[in-house]
Amino acid sequence: MTRAEALAATLLAEMQAAGAVPVAADILQPAETLLDLYGEDIRARAYVTHDPDLGEMMLRPDFTVPVVQAHMREGAEPARYCYAGPVFRKQTGGRAREYLQVGYEIFARNDPARADAEVFALFARLLAAYDLRPVTGDIGILKAAVAGLTTSDLRKTALLRHIWHPNRFRALLERMGGQGPLAGARADLIARLREKPTGTLLAEAGQMLGLRSEAEIAARVERLIADAQTPPIPQAEVAALEGLLALKSPASEALAQMRAMGWDALTPALDRLDARLDALASAGIDPASLPFEASFGRTTMEYYDGFVFGFLPAREGLPPVATGGRYDALTAVLGQGQAIPAVGGVIRPALLEALI
Amino acid sequence: MSLKLGVPSKGRLMEKTFEWFAERGIRMARTGEAREYAGAVEGVEGVELVLLSASEIPRELAAGRIHLGVTGSDLVRETLADWSAQVWELAPMGFGHADLIIAVPKSWVDVETLDDLDAVAAAFRAEHGFRLRIATKYHRLVRDYLRAYGVADYQLVDSQGATEGTIRNLTAEAVADITSTGETLRANHLKILREAPVHCSQATLFAARGADWSGCREACAELTRLIGVGMPDIA
Repeated sequence: MTRAEALAATLLAEMQAAGAVPVAADILQPAETLLDLYGEDIRARAYVTHDPDLGEMMLRPDFTVPVVQAHMREGAEPARYCYAGPVFRKQTGGRAREYLQVGYEIFARNDPARADAEVFALFARLLAAYDLRPVTGDIGILKAAVAGLTTSDLRKTALLRHIWHPNRFRALLERMGGQGPLAGARADLIARLREKPTGTLLAEAGQMLGLRSEAEIAARVERLIADAQTPPIPQAEVAALEGLLALKSPASEALAQMRAMGWDALTPALDRLDARLDALASAGIDPASLPFEASFGRTTMEYYDGFVFGFLPAREGLPPVATGGRYDALTAVLGQGQAIPAVGGVIRPALLEALI
Repeated sequence: MSLKLGVPSKGRLMEKTFEWFAERGIRMARTGEAREYAGAVEGVEGVELVLLSASEIPRELAAGRIHLGVTGSDLVRETLADWSAQVWELAPMGFGHADLIIAVPKSWVDVETLDDLDAVAAAFRAEHGFRLRIATKYHRLVRDYLRAYGVADYQLVDSQGATEGTIRNLTAEAVADITSTGETLRANHLKILREAPVHCSQATLFAARGADWSGCREACAELTRLIGVGMPDIA
């Protein structure tokens, strides 16, 4: 047994002692589910192979999806699961392609704040011996901020879709504020679409081609013209949102700062943060010193939609030793109509071993 | 050991490569009968000509089996992961120009930019239940380009030829392909998105970082001097 494997076994035993049931997952996963969830980018990160009967398969890039699927199929509620095993990611340079992950997941309908705190406090305890910097965040607050903008539902949906792509999000926000190059290109397009009836434009464009129908094109033209009449998102709101995204403070202070913004749409999300910080305090984590970064998790943790956390090596530039968060929406996607609130996280034992 | 120089083994790309080197005092010719892939170099000592398919040259460079190679800059970027860690780009050669572009049906009067394509991809997925398909053989380049921009809800489907026809055959909604004049695209009722191309390709002279350069430093120095580029930083 390698040292990383021994560490993984110890961590797994601790998780079982905390009440989790060990679960297994196939290494070969159907690619389609993962592609639909993560998009085409996952191909650049995961190993894809082909099975003559089952079609495209992937070497599991993480455990979350198979564990959620197993729970949705046969799990009782509430449930705590743990697992350990290799995952596979394409890398460049000398970084590991195959590495162990040890994970802990809670599926529970009641008291999400306590479940969040339970996962974080467990990880903090398991990792206490190492020189690590914890970070927390909350994607739910960002979603609430977008939902609270003074603009159309169409625009809110477009922004929410790109919360995890910061550059695209910023470009969209700029366009919707009537600024930047995208706003110019959009204005040109609208001018052209207004010149003639859509039917004429389509006739002039010549042959209809492909699966996207004339009705779909006409519907989007209509949406574009309606959108052009939507007033720009007020600059004060854009500035407030950018301020929120840049926020980095100890958690208690961050909460106070966000309360002080006086942004009503944030209140329910901030109440949830408040409850989580109380639950963390009860679990022995001091919110007055726990780092909070509003944008944490936006680039790397696509399916998390609430609480997010990471434990990072003190030395800059190393990958996080542990990451996790809440992923309620993912269970709805995988559950085909069913959903259950879920929170969890993973530890990479080989990275821990390197810190000893 | 002689310095191995890989060049395209046939067609216009080979002829243009020979011309380009000839203009710089390095004469190349195929030897033997027309079907035999062997060649000779005059004008610089210790250089061996290796005739290869342009699409194999990136791989041969990466493996260090040839020291220098002429191929399209698109092929190197597409074929090699982290290409700049594996090869040096010595000289763009000014021919074999082609742009890798993204094109959609001309009937999509509501689409001119990637911003539009991204919005259409979301609506398409909601309407049809699967992600909008882009047919291409340049998977790495196109995926990196779309990721950098932040396009979501698309999928790449492989097309090794006649890519423009995939939309008519209902196997894709958009294409990402190489074009030099745009003629084929127009003939197939397609239009190019307004953004800068995914990549502007041209024939380029590359050097292999991983090759064993011992014994051919002098040949390399002489060759780069004739060409008028800096000597690669060979170990």
